[in-house]
Amino acid sequence: MIASNSQLLNGLGGGNLSPENGNMLHVAPLSSQEPSNQKQVPMTADKIIEATNVSKWYGSFRALTDVNLTVRKGERIVICGPSGSGKSTLIRCFNRLEAHQEGEITVNGIRLHSKMRNVTDVRKNVGMVFQHFNLFPHMTVLMNCMAGPMWMKGLSESEAKKTALKFLERVRIPEQANKYPVQLSGGQQQRVAIARSLCMEPAVMLFDEPTSALDPEMVSEVLETMTSLARDGMTMVCVTHEMGFARAVADRVIFMDRGQIVEQGAPNEFFTNPQHDRTKLFLSQILKH
Amino acid sequence: MLYQDTIDSEVLVHKPWFVASTFAVVLALFLMYNLTGTTMGELMRPVIGDPSQSGLYGRFAIAFVIAVAFSLNLVLIGFAPIKAQIILVWLELLLLILAFFKSFELSLPFIRENLPFLITQGVFTTLYVSAISLLFASLIAIIAAVAKLSSNGFAYGIASFYTSFFRGLPLLMQIYLIYLGLPQFGIVLNAVPSGILALSVCIGAYMTEIFRSGIQSIDRGQWEASRSMGFGFGLTMRRIILPQALPVIVPPMGNTFISMLKDSSLVSVLGVWELTFLARTIGQPTFHNMEMLVAASLIYWVLSCCLELIQSKIERHYSRSKLR
Repeated sequence: MIASNSQLLNGLGGGNLSPENGNMLHVAPLSSQEPSNQKQVPMTADKIIEATNVSKWYGSFRALTDVNLTVRKGERIVICGPSGSGKSTLIRCFNRLEAHQEGEITVNGIRLHSKMRNVTDVRKNVGMVFQHFNLFPHMTVLMNCMAGPMWMKGLSESEAKKTALKFLERVRIPEQANKYPVQLSGGQQQRVAIARSLCMEPAVMLFDEPTSALDPEMVSEVLETMTSLARDGMTMVCVTHEMGFARAVADRVIFMDRGQIVEQGAPNEFFTNPQHDRTKLFLSQILKH
Repeated sequence: MLYQDTIDSEVLVHKPWFVASTFAVVLALFLMYNLTGTTMGELMRPVIGDPSQSGLYGRFAIAFVIAVAFSLNLVLIGFAPIKAQIILVWLELLLLILAFFKSFELSLPFIRENLPFLITQGVFTTLYVSAISLLFASLIAIIAAVAKLSSNGFAYGIASFYTSFFRGLPLLMQIYLIYLGLPQFGIVLNAVPSGILALSVCIGAYMTEIFRSGIQSIDRGQWEASRSMGFGFGLTMRRIILPQALPVIVPPMGNTFISMLKDSSLVSVLGVWELTFLARTIGQPTFHNMEMLVAASLIYWVLSCCLELIQSKIERHYSRSKLR
């Protein structure tokens, strides 16, 4: 967790909160006195991701149950919940690494379904950062970042290199460009992974527990990178247990349990006044230490 | 080398119990053989007198000297640095092998006379038959491996039947089936193309399994990362998965290549003028069978040494991205 965020806590406005089981649409922060790094996302902003009544089964196990979620342009969403609650599954459905069986998911105006031919169009516009980085170990850091622009967008080698260096600069490790991933620390690798996704200039970034595999001292460098991305207005959906990060940058915090959205709201409201017993229990568990 | 422990342990060949027991074993072994009638007996004449008259004393003396020499050799080599140890051991074993061949009393002039033809014709044919088969086998293997990993029932069915059939049938039978069986359908192939075809499909079947396991050894996360960036199947396979699978594939592939180099000798049954065929036909009329067979074996060995070298080069090349 990043350091004390109590000042941010007080500064954040409350969103309206629905106690219903996830059958709720988007909630934008309504506050007028938000901190300087928070831009208000208007209700009219473009919908980047829209999920309605999404359900998913693994065999007979129901991983997601009627999930409704709308992500608007510029919004920062943090999803938390106990392990096995379907958080990762949900965001993996957004770029169709996983298939959902019921309901509808629309990403960037394209509806995801099993017979789609244009899944590439969706994936090109959705960046994803994984828990275990998943950098390509046989390529240099630079090449990891150049691959997407070159192979997917048809950029020339020099253009791709320029893009790659720009985003490596953005995550503050341009000097590591010619190293191989194994030569970097975990935190550096994860920042390269973020840069790699950014090189595709996606409309939304998905983070799947980006700090869970890191040593404690490396967590902050990755969170700082993510925070600065958020400040620049990147649309983000983060599955994370970093509650400090959630308080500092999220427009909305979503709590999931057993494949359902149990509760969601602006961070201030969510952390100080959780409505559901399950949420209270979860928060008390992870904030205890 | 294995990942070595940091604890310094005494060299095995310097441990008294080890030296003593090797000494005992060697002594016992050589006591069982009567070496008094050999060169060894002649060398020992000053000590044991007339070797043929020396009896048990002579046998013991010879075995004792050999055992001492062996143990001393072991202990002394133990002091050398590792590189020198490897070279010395190679040289000594090589000498033993040569001594073994020398005991056949081969006619060296006969070998010298026929060696050039054995190389220009035999080695050349063996090499190009192997090289072409190897190329085809790799192509077949990559396609079959992907088919075996696909969710398409037809592709999987064909590929798994292929590997099962061609790994299951003896290579010799496959060569006969292709050379003598295909003409039944009106396809008449010459000996060399038949041989190449048989080798390709057979080795391809083995390599299919190597490729499949190599591809499967790559972490799922690599597929996910690649997919999440929008890379399609072909691109992911070509640029992400196969380059990472190659280092895993190389050692078993080297193995297969070496064994295929020697399996190419089976093509000799079709009368292709490759190394084994020539070695047999040149030696037979003058009863110099052993000369030519030994020469051919050594040539096979040299060729597979080259393959080993290439393999270790490639392995070193790929260990690059694993360095810390």
